[in-house]
Amino acid sequence: MKKVVRVAAGQGFWGDDLDAPRRQVEGGQVDYLMLDYLAEVTMSILQKQKERDPTLGYARDFVGAMESVLPAVVERGVKVIANAGGVNPAACAGAVKAAAEKCGAGGKLRIGVVTGDNLLDRLDELLAAGHALANMDTGEALSTVRDRVLSANAYIGSEPIVEGLARDANVVITGRSTDTALTMAPLRHEFGWDKESWDQLAAGIVAGHIIECGAQCSGGNCLYDWRTIPDLANVGYPLVEASADGTFVVTKHPGTGGRVSVPTVSEQLVYEMGDPRSYITPDVIADFTTIQLLDDGQDRVRVSGIKGRPPTEKLKVSIAYQAGFKAVGTLVYAWPDALEKAELADRVLRERLDRLGLRFDHILTEFVGANATHGRLAGDQSDAPEVQLRFGVRGSNRAMVERFTREIAPLVLNGPPSVTGFAGGRPKVEEIVAYWPALIDKSVVSPVVEVIQ
Amino acid sequence: MKVRLVDIAHARSGDKGDTANVGLIALRPQWYDLLVKQVTRERVAEHFRGMIDGAVERYELPNLNALNFLLHGALDGGGTLSLKTDAQGKVYSTALLRLVLDVPDDEAKTLKLPAAG
Repeated sequence: MKKVVRVAAGQGFWGDDLDAPRRQVEGGQVDYLMLDYLAEVTMSILQKQKERDPTLGYARDFVGAMESVLPAVVERGVKVIANAGGVNPAACAGAVKAAAEKCGAGGKLRIGVVTGDNLLDRLDELLAAGHALANMDTGEALSTVRDRVLSANAYIGSEPIVEGLARDANVVITGRSTDTALTMAPLRHEFGWDKESWDQLAAGIVAGHIIECGAQCSGGNCLYDWRTIPDLANVGYPLVEASADGTFVVTKHPGTGGRVSVPTVSEQLVYEMGDPRSYITPDVIADFTTIQLLDDGQDRVRVSGIKGRPPTEKLKVSIAYQAGFKAVGTLVYAWPDALEKAELADRVLRERLDRLGLRFDHILTEFVGANATHGRLAGDQSDAPEVQLRFGVRGSNRAMVERFTREIAPLVLNGPPSVTGFAGGRPKVEEIVAYWPALIDKSVVSPVVEVIQ
Repeated sequence: MKVRLVDIAHARSGDKGDTANVGLIALRPQWYDLLVKQVTRERVAEHFRGMIDGAVERYELPNLNALNFLLHGALDGGGTLSLKTDAQGKVYSTALLRLVLDVPDDEAKTLKLPAAG
């Protein structure tokens, strides 16, 4: 058994720094490269791609990432774990295999493909069997949006990834795994943690939570002492050096920018946090009030003390559904009286939309530079040098949203004065794909892993 | 003495659906108890009155010298439904840091709190 296992994070979301995976495997010693591609609504985007082309439906960035780290995987035995499979893990594995063959390394990859999370084709069967899949936040029944559902995936845990690694996969591709399982699974595999080793499993989850957003724990988006964080242009992505007892050190490669310190890690720990005593995952419930952080030298934070307890009998399900259309238009008003001019433009625009008979489910006006992010807390901004009017509408009628987009530009000539910033053209109508969180009994979801060579 | 939260704490926020969370972390461990005492659920609800539609919850993490606030109904529907600039609640953290505390002078002196400038 290895004494220390190093898991490095190379992507915090789909769209993150394309070169980070390569830097993570070349910048120092790592055993595993963990790549997280899936945010809440990513699955629905991938589902749409798959409907257009059945060979798609996965995070295509991952194929490029694999090419860039292939030498490390083949020559140094670095293993890769990614939830890049989206709604089509098999096609993703096929694309990776093809890319490896092109580089003459096709025979060197054993790819574990995890499936079983996709519930889209089983939805009606599940509903008929009494699984309500009610919205966790609002309690609404799924039937209210059933005919508009685009994707449905259970968040699955570490089990199938661990099994893939046990069967000697050096690349494991999953669909909707929890982000944290991607880090915990290799630790569980390496240290042989039992599935009831609650404290160790919880530690693996906390390690995953800390590094799953990439550089957000190593100096990125860090408010504490932000002016002094060095060399963000060359920011180091994080890695954990984990031990069998469930303690670990968060650090980054030498010679990189950014910072790993108790404050940078603390900020990431509280990110997107709910009840800190119950961080619920399919494998374990982690108690974030037990985490102890200790400064362990430059860019090193030691994490210990973590307690876990048995999970619930439910899995969270991520459902995406079509929820109408929206568009947001902007114009910029300049001093003097920038805010007052923008406020008049807002009233004029609302009246025009009303006269046109356009009806929306929701209209939101923000005055960027005055109140968009801090509302009334920002105080008096009547003397602001400029204010951006940001006007958004949302509704189920696409034609009405489309018509709205033509009402912004005319204000330049027929509204309040000192207006500019319209060079971007008409706002675009966006189709809204909304997120519907639900719960389902664990017993009806059976993740499987297939290892292909 | 008036003490600005921004001078004694740092923060990060994120989202879950239509709920924003704000993790508030004391800049020095000895200032954590003051946050617990002063930055109450009620005080934060009052701070954000009119800006959020739902309730405020507060959790304590003494191990991180941190408080975690959940601001329900803060994101105009949340996620992709939201029309807000800050649809993911990324900067509610700094909006909370605008809070100004009233601390008895002797306590402020003992804790070496920076006075609002």
